[in-house]
Amino acid sequence: MQQEVVLAMLAKEPSSGSRLRARLNDALGPLGEDVNDGQIYVTLSRLEKAGFIARHGAEAPEAGRKIYGLTATGQERVAEWLSEVSWPKPDLAEFHLKLVAAAQAGLADPIGIVDAQRRELLRRLWEVERAAMAEPEDSSAGLLLEGIVLRLQADLRWLEACERAWMDRRKK
Amino acid sequence: MNETGSGAPIVRAKGLSKQYGSGEGLVRAVDEVDLEVAPGEALAIMGPSGCGKSTLLHLLGGLDRPSSGELWLGDRRIDKLSERGLAQFRRHDVGVVFQAFHLMDELTARENVELPALLAGRSPRQARRRARQLLDQVGLADRAGHLPSALSGGQRQRVAIARALANDPQIVLADEPTGNLDSAATLAVLRLFEGLHTAGLTLIVVTHDERIAATANRMISMRDGAFVDEMRLTGGTKRNLGKFAGLGG
Repeated sequence: MQQEVVLAMLAKEPSSGSRLRARLNDALGPLGEDVNDGQIYVTLSRLEKAGFIARHGAEAPEAGRKIYGLTATGQERVAEWLSEVSWPKPDLAEFHLKLVAAAQAGLADPIGIVDAQRRELLRRLWEVERAAMAEPEDSSAGLLLEGIVLRLQADLRWLEACERAWMDRRKK
Repeated sequence: MNETGSGAPIVRAKGLSKQYGSGEGLVRAVDEVDLEVAPGEALAIMGPSGCGKSTLLHLLGGLDRPSSGELWLGDRRIDKLSERGLAQFRRHDVGVVFQAFHLMDELTARENVELPALLAGRSPRQARRRARQLLDQVGLADRAGHLPSALSGGQRQRVAIARALANDPQIVLADEPTGNLDSAATLAVLRLFEGLHTAGLTLIVVTHDERIAATANRMISMRDGAFVDEMRLTGGTKRNLGKFAGLGG
């Protein structure tokens, strides 16, 4: 899992590793099982070393009870990550958690993030489709281009579903 | 031939609205839309079903009247036309392509393409000559004598496109033109639109099929009757195409 995901999930409020774990489980449901505790703690200590997060409170509590919060650099990194558009790396979980973290911490509008992603995908689809149109009808490269188009379309369908769901949540 | 995106707009809508029902049940299908389309532009209006894009297309094509707002084609105001004037407008100035083709089942491909020219008062000979030209242009010269039932979906849509061009309209409007087509037929329609665009025709397509956008130089996103986003598309750099398919990077 991207360390930015862990960082962004901390953006809502300073939290312990176990609180973070619970938040990830909420957002991922049955998929949360695929993220193990070790990954989370290793990531936290890496983020701390890199200066993105810092410990809150003076005493040294037992493992898993340490409270971490974002530093100014950490805040910056999260803002940057939220505005990044990533594709073709098909990391659905990362994108999903980006929306969740943005909404929870009130850092960015999930719909805006979806829009940015859609614009990028549409731009790529435009390029690929134009390449497909330029191929002769019996071209085997055309078949490969069609595969890319179909994948992009699938991603765009999902973005549509994301937009609808986050619109509904906003109305509530 | 027109330069894409230059010159005074050929289509201009100001505060264009269409409402259905009233009170609690009021639906703003098209809600205060402002739009300017330049001659030679290819515009794609995209959005999920129910966003009002088809209603908008019907307004632009004179198939329906707006509840309020203004619609201009060049320097002619369309929304104030009489029924007769509107019928003239539909017959001479716009060509419309529908998702379900709307061909006459009992007429051959050629007769379908001739029909609008005949209705517009051209001689049978003129109509026939134009139909032959158009069917050739859409790659169906050898299917001219076939009934629609003997044609594939993609071929039917190409006949419908030829028909839309029969009276040399100032604009061509298309409503989900690839909605009923498979991938190969979609590509054929896209190539055809691209050819028309290159030849200077003004094209407005409403669709939820993002592939259509490949023939557009501007894309507008529509939600709940209004425009929410707009993108201009240029270039064709082929950058990173391989990366999309898992090559390199």
